[in-house]
Amino acid sequence: MASNVAGRRSARSRAGALIGGFARSRELTLLAVLLVLAALVAIEAPNFLSSNNVVSVTSLAAIIAIAAVGEALVILTKNIDLSVESTMGLVAFVVAVLLKQQNVPMPVAWALGIGLGMALGMVNGIIITVFRVPSIVATLGTLSIFRGLTYLVANGHEINANDLPAGYTNAASQTFFDIPLFVILAVAVVAVAGLALRYTVFGRQLYAVGSNAEAAATIGIRSRTTVFLAFALGGMLAGVAGVLWGIQFGQLYASSASGQSLAIIAAVVVGGVSIAGGSGTVMGAAIGALFLGLIANALNVLLLPQEWLQMIYGAVILFAVSTDAIIQRRTQLAKARSRIR
Amino acid sequence: MFHRSPRIAAGLALTLILAGCSSTATTAPTTAPTTAPVTAAPVVTPAAATPVAIGSVVMIPKQVNNPYFDVAFKGAQSAATALGGTLTQVGPSAADATQQIPFIQTATTQKASAIIVSADDATAIAPALQAAMAAGIKVVGYDSSPAKGAYNVFVNQADTAGIGKGLVDMACTEAPSCTGEIAVLSAAQTATNQNAWIDAMKTTLSGDAKYANLKLVATVYGDDDPTKSTTQAQALLSAHPNLKVIVAPTTVGIVAAAQVVKAQGKTGKVFVTGLGTPKGMVDFVKGGESPVFALWNVTDLGYLAYAVAVDLINGTIKGTAGEKFTVKFASGSVDYTIGADGVVVLGPPFVFNKDNIDQFVASFGF
Repeated sequence: MASNVAGRRSARSRAGALIGGFARSRELTLLAVLLVLAALVAIEAPNFLSSNNVVSVTSLAAIIAIAAVGEALVILTKNIDLSVESTMGLVAFVVAVLLKQQNVPMPVAWALGIGLGMALGMVNGIIITVFRVPSIVATLGTLSIFRGLTYLVANGHEINANDLPAGYTNAASQTFFDIPLFVILAVAVVAVAGLALRYTVFGRQLYAVGSNAEAAATIGIRSRTTVFLAFALGGMLAGVAGVLWGIQFGQLYASSASGQSLAIIAAVVVGGVSIAGGSGTVMGAAIGALFLGLIANALNVLLLPQEWLQMIYGAVILFAVSTDAIIQRRTQLAKARSRIR
Repeated sequence: MFHRSPRIAAGLALTLILAGCSSTATTAPTTAPTTAPVTAAPVVTPAAATPVAIGSVVMIPKQVNNPYFDVAFKGAQSAATALGGTLTQVGPSAADATQQIPFIQTATTQKASAIIVSADDATAIAPALQAAMAAGIKVVGYDSSPAKGAYNVFVNQADTAGIGKGLVDMACTEAPSCTGEIAVLSAAQTATNQNAWIDAMKTTLSGDAKYANLKLVATVYGDDDPTKSTTQAQALLSAHPNLKVIVAPTTVGIVAAAQVVKAQGKTGKVFVTGLGTPKGMVDFVKGGESPVFALWNVTDLGYLAYAVAVDLINGTIKGTAGEKFTVKFASGSVDYTIGADGVVVLGPPFVFNKDNIDQFVASFGF
């Protein structure tokens, strides 16, 4: 009898360990859900996996992923940046104006754009750390202010592809060994940010500030400096995303990238970064962006009725996050059980 | 700070009186039966100055900072210069009816003399417009019609059937031998004009044997958002490998679709047409992604809408079917007749191709 129970227990814990191994990281479970869904969609609509479709979907997802990495840095510190879409929109528009009206060389315009993104991030950082305004309020304000600046710069005009250097948008469909250029860039950004978070002092401080600011302070971490840097880097990455946005679309409006903040924050959260700060990875955020991009495309490719798309999109997000949460809880329970034993 | 406001109000009143005087002077030939006594005598309150002549006209586009509506606004501005009155443009930064309603309500509270509006949603904004009309404000629809009964006159850029036929004709021109699958990339699912044009396209497709080989396989919505329009166009190409033509009756959608066709190397295999701006489309017309597309004279649309508003304020027209009036454009006078449901049609749409596009890039400037 006793041995029977013990046997059942150990079987359960072995199964738990198996799930645990598989689900050790939230990123892997999300990736698995993503692949299964992609396979199902591909059976129904083979063109889903055509190279053209994959390139166009992943290129756009790569832009969102880069912005999501920046957003993740901020969210890890238990803050949030709602202004990211306006930063992207302003950078994209200013870069286009520099190219169109000032004939600035492309690399210089891009560098200035990324610098502008960083400066906007610093503005957020200063409002939040120096003037102690809660980040959700501060960036709600700058969301509007940065967008307003874009309207001022645009002055009712748009930038068309023929205002930009010939072939400017070609980079968006460029591939190396069948991998889109933007995806390579996103992977590079994720790798650098991911390694920095894991192995540098600053990276560990981000997590420390996010999980417990007071404890972080007692061990001598200057949390305000850390938060400021997170916003500056987040702004810089939003700047990179803004530059890529301009290359991707070629046609820029004062309202460019409107509504993307929610998509970016959704990607971060779906990717397993805790909205309460202190836990999650930038790789998760990037996978979250890819996941949402694929879902949006899949729903269209499947020719579902247009009226239903929004609801299904939302339902899939909930499904992905809750499946993930259930697996996580099971894993933790299994761990807890084995610890008790 | 606040103690200054009476002085500002007085200043405003004076400005209004002056504006009123100059505008009545210019509109005098139209035999305006204005009931308001136009005198240069000092008026005590700004409220008393308001009923004088044309007053303030508020233009509410679907979305501000949209180049299309900005050009229509420019047309209305030149009409305001010619006919008198003060014109302001306000509106939502995203094409969203719920965001449009507060602008209508504000214009009503501020007792504007007329509202010129392009409906984000015909029925959603109707109660707000009816409240404005009940308050004595003249309502002129342009570009996208509010629901019937929620406007005095609707200035239609081209009649729906004409545009539907034009869109199908262009698809027929672009599809090799006028044969194959076509799809529509529209704006918002609730956009009145888009839906009316799509219905007219369907009527045209089924009503003429000439188009028997064109098959409309899908209608998708890009919400006039570049990102969503792009992803929708990508999905169309993936879901329909045999697609020949994407018809996008929206300036944002047509550029997004042409860009996708170009990026995917489908130039010469899939064609794009619809309604676009010369400057946005010039590269794609020359590059072969979109050999033909159409538009109407947007400046004239804004001009006509303002002229109609002025005639309504003056009482020279009431918005009933059969009424005739004349509008003096910079290019010459045009006679109009108000049709059923108070609709006035601007004129036929204009088709752009590689031979004529350059001159319109210059003259439209958008």
